[in-house]
Amino acid sequence: MGSPMSIIPAAREQRSVKTTISVTLSILFMGLGQIYNRQIAKGLLLALVELYVLIFWSKPVMNGLWGLITLGEQMQIRQRGRIIEQGDHSIFLMVEGIIYLLALLVMICFYIFNIGDAYKVRKGIEAGIPAHDAKQSIKHAWEQGYAYFLLIPAITFTLFLTILPLLFGILIAFTNYSGPNYLPPKHLVDWVGFKTFSNLFNLKAWSHTFYGVVSWTLLWAVLATVSTYFTGLFYALIINVKAVRFKRFWRTIYILPWAIPAFVTILIFRNFFNAQFGPLNEYLSLLGISAIPWLSDPFWAKVSLVFVNTWLGFPFWLALMSGVLTSIDKDMYEAAEVDGASPWQRFRTITFPLVLFATAPLLIMSFAGNLNNFNIIYLFTEGGPVNIDYSYAGSTDILISWIFKLTLQQNQFNTASVISILIFIIIAIFSIWNFRQTRAFKEEDMIQ
Amino acid sequence: MRTITGSRKLSVGLSLRDKLMLTVIYLILIATAVVVLYPVIWVILGSLNPGDTISSTTYLPEKLTFSHYINLFVEKDYLLWYKNTLFIAVMNMIIATILVVTAAYAFSRFRFPGRKQGLMVMLVLQMFPSFMGMIAIYILLLQMNLLDNHWGLILVYAGGSIPFGAWLVKGYFDGLPRSLEEAAKIDGASHTAIFFRIMIPLSVPMLTFIAVSNFIGPWMDFIFARLVLRSNDNKTLAIGLFEMVTGRANNEFTTFAAGAVLVAIPITILFLFLQKYIIEGLKAGANKG
Repeated sequence: MGSPMSIIPAAREQRSVKTTISVTLSILFMGLGQIYNRQIAKGLLLALVELYVLIFWSKPVMNGLWGLITLGEQMQIRQRGRIIEQGDHSIFLMVEGIIYLLALLVMICFYIFNIGDAYKVRKGIEAGIPAHDAKQSIKHAWEQGYAYFLLIPAITFTLFLTILPLLFGILIAFTNYSGPNYLPPKHLVDWVGFKTFSNLFNLKAWSHTFYGVVSWTLLWAVLATVSTYFTGLFYALIINVKAVRFKRFWRTIYILPWAIPAFVTILIFRNFFNAQFGPLNEYLSLLGISAIPWLSDPFWAKVSLVFVNTWLGFPFWLALMSGVLTSIDKDMYEAAEVDGASPWQRFRTITFPLVLFATAPLLIMSFAGNLNNFNIIYLFTEGGPVNIDYSYAGSTDILISWIFKLTLQQNQFNTASVISILIFIIIAIFSIWNFRQTRAFKEEDMIQ
Repeated sequence: MRTITGSRKLSVGLSLRDKLMLTVIYLILIATAVVVLYPVIWVILGSLNPGDTISSTTYLPEKLTFSHYINLFVEKDYLLWYKNTLFIAVMNMIIATILVVTAAYAFSRFRFPGRKQGLMVMLVLQMFPSFMGMIAIYILLLQMNLLDNHWGLILVYAGGSIPFGAWLVKGYFDGLPRSLEEAAKIDGASHTAIFFRIMIPLSVPMLTFIAVSNFIGPWMDFIFARLVLRSNDNKTLAIGLFEMVTGRANNEFTTFAAGAVLVAIPITILFLFLQKYIIEGLKAGANKG
């Protein structure tokens, strides 16, 4: 091949025509473009893939998409309590539909890759780089595709166990999938658009519970975060006081609540606060205080929740802040002392800003975590005590535990799903905000 | 100007005010230690007390007994639960770590089409409440015949740990110097060799965090264990213990206490040993690299 400088216009035109041909061919049928580019083995392989997909997959994919769009048309028919016609199962159809949709998307990506490949190889030929033969192609694919090869297991897992279920969860919000009237296999489920959303905000039965649970969720997240953070800070500070001895000893004891599996301690506390048999009320009665209904009164249940959460959560901050405190330059304090700053002033102008700066991202994430702190609510109070004004929620239920009840106990799948989406939006706002404060994406490509 | 700073440095003597302050601090520290240790001691004593219920738990029991511990193994399927949980935890640790590390290596060291989108997707995935997909997971496992099966649960755990873990480890990998790899590449080392000989040994602290958090996870989780595992033979410890104290009768407190002690001891020891890694890992998680 001559150097590009010597290409005369006519030849260049002919070459761009050849590129167009190769691309068009691969759009028509996978692999044709490659065959045209004299990459016979690769082209045949791609063509075989498409043939295989067309023959064995087109019908299931069509069926899957049909199922996803209609959610089934045939109702289950029963006569005298016996099933004569099984009927369509909307939810299975939906899940299958999503699987086929994802498979279709993967196929489309592959198709686009095929077209791109035909184009690139042809361009290469025009520029004087001969097309790879089969052996080179395999080697090239291994080199270039190594990242994809590494990612295959993770992608497969994420696709099926995270993305697919989430898509399903999101789609459910736009259906009427709920008990008692729209539960497969007995009934069909239908798309209803944004009706569930508007019901949640407008129907008294839902909206009352929703606003009640939301306000407790927010209050809970603030209380839980602030109480653990400042308790941790307090103990980090007093252990850090120069004259205090056995610092390691204290820190080791105080780390225990974090080290012991939380579910064990929450269950222990549940018994400890038991109004009838629990030791706490026993002690109070020794002091002459009458029994307090710790878990059966909404107010006291919330108080004990915050207490237990502080017990569980402060060691994390203590451990973290101890590290921060020991790394603060001692000279700063001495300079401040020389300037006559009081201990409080030193804390306010040196210690606290530095600690806050070092722990801010974790503080925000911990707030987001507390919004969704299912374990403590469910294990400690199970959302109780019962609140008769609420639909399917107890007085200490936060959004996430309410969702759990709606899903696993009450079959209100569509409403649960709407609430999940709302939680996602709240968390997303926090995370994005947090993310923009930290460096993650900014420095992303610096290392290249 | 007073010269108190000098005398303090030599710690010749503390002023009365400082002494008082120190006493108050010690009092607070001791009181808190009591509050922190109290539930722990209470449960240990409970597990050694004769009798079955909470109210029979006294602080100065007339005699101590190991009968509840023996009960766990004789009357309850405690050993079976323990074995189940250990199996799930170990398998989850291995599978999740492999998945996370391979993905992180790809995202950190290669530039390929779809990389940015992939990272973005994983970031978004972390923000959804984890059991939003519960119903779908249930149906999926049902279809694949993995319901009431330990592998079904392991798949769910391992799959769920990818987005967070991969971001974390990717951030860590990004921070490792590239000079070593480049030198190895010049010597003709393959990607695989670089991965095993350079990346893995350099990231032991982060890998420890990932492995430990995936090992501990199954010991704590209820939600998915409850969803996936149905039969008594397949139960994990968390479910078994939960059912002991939440039943209506609530008359198995002491047996629960014994079970709780036996779970808590190994996990607590593991945690205390690896504390440093866990704190570092969590910090990195919030900063995302």
